[in-house]
Amino acid sequence: MIEFFRKLFGPTNSSQTAKERLRLVLMTDHLSLAPDMIEQMKRDFIDVIAKYVEVDRDKIEINFEQQDKALAMLANVPILAVNRNGGGGDGKKREEPEAVEAAAATGSPATPALPRRRRRKKSAPAAVAPSNASPAPAG
Amino acid sequence: MHEVQPEPVPTAQPAKRGRAIVITSGKGGVGKTTTTANLGHALAARGCSVALIDADVGLRNLDIVLGLESRVKHNLLDVLDGTVELDDAIVRDKHNASLVLLAAAQTREKDEVDTEKMKALVERMREHYDYVIIDCPAGIEGGFKNAVVGADEAIVVCTPEVSAVRDVDRVVGLLGNKFRPQLIVNRLRPALVKKGKMLSVEDVNAILRLPLLGVIADEPEIIVTTNRGEPIALRKDGATAAAYHAIAAKIAGEDVAAPTVEIKETGFFGRLGAMFGGAK
Repeated sequence: MIEFFRKLFGPTNSSQTAKERLRLVLMTDHLSLAPDMIEQMKRDFIDVIAKYVEVDRDKIEINFEQQDKALAMLANVPILAVNRNGGGGDGKKREEPEAVEAAAATGSPATPALPRRRRRKKSAPAAVAPSNASPAPAG
Repeated sequence: MHEVQPEPVPTAQPAKRGRAIVITSGKGGVGKTTTTANLGHALAARGCSVALIDADVGLRNLDIVLGLESRVKHNLLDVLDGTVELDDAIVRDKHNASLVLLAAAQTREKDEVDTEKMKALVERMREHYDYVIIDCPAGIEGGFKNAVVGADEAIVVCTPEVSAVRDVDRVVGLLGNKFRPQLIVNRLRPALVKKGKMLSVEDVNAILRLPLLGVIADEPEIIVTTNRGEPIALRKDGATAAAYHAIAAKIAGEDVAAPTVEIKETGFFGRLGAMFGGAK
């Protein structure tokens, strides 16, 4: 869509580009400069997830990555079990089989296990994929 | 016209406590030294006594920008080492006797500066001058720390470039609130801004969110005046000189006619015009 407008109206002003790039890079800079805040946020984040499913805290990975026009938080949260029946039944898809798969994956210590994705998939450069769009590519 | 080095610094009235302001930016080449020289002159022109310290040890430049390079006999490190008295090391400006320079050492290194001694020196100089302005080296290492240690205010100089803005952001983060950093946007080219080819003052400050002290346009005359060692603020007229004097007035606490309030893109040029006085 943006590309469409860009083609329609010619290239964006470079000052606009500069502004966007700066905004992004500074977010990244600020994140990397506030490790305590990030750690606290990760803990809080994990606590929230853990309210609904049993997670493998030691294997959780949370990273920030600059994507096309946004900064994304990427979290890999291995789920050991969906322990409470429908803990927070807020309409989110939390399929049982996936959780089982997650548990299996984390069981093998050799693999750094990407059992289930939240937010966006890190390695996919196409990456406009909305969150939770890829249920089972983790094998 | 004035006699040079031997002229003693006023040593009486130790009750005075002038302001110590560091001019910094993180990035090199954005105009810290030019800003320091011009603000020194602009403040001195207001009748204030002003001492400039070149804290860029190893890369001495403030002396040449001020046109005082031939007068420098001793330097900051001589004073810090205790081998030369402060009064003997400072150089009085040739245009304005109330402006003095303590030059950086050219053949020494930044990490030879003792931070505590630097702090004590600035403290001591504040007893004799209304303003002690410290020209900070580029970077955020030891040289930066030594330059800011004695200051309690900061002016950050930023050009409308992504690299400069990012570095100022970092420096402001390092400075923290204590220094109440204020922003000078330097080398702005209004014509480019208008075409959308350069970040505007508003763009820059939407990111930095600092009190805006002033805006200096990218003016070829600044290069000419630097070539001559006669900072543009010495001139009686002209938009750039006026802009520096407006900044000095603002530093001195005067209510300068609204050059710094937030303005939309459309109002920007009006503001620039207002800031430069009627001298268009």
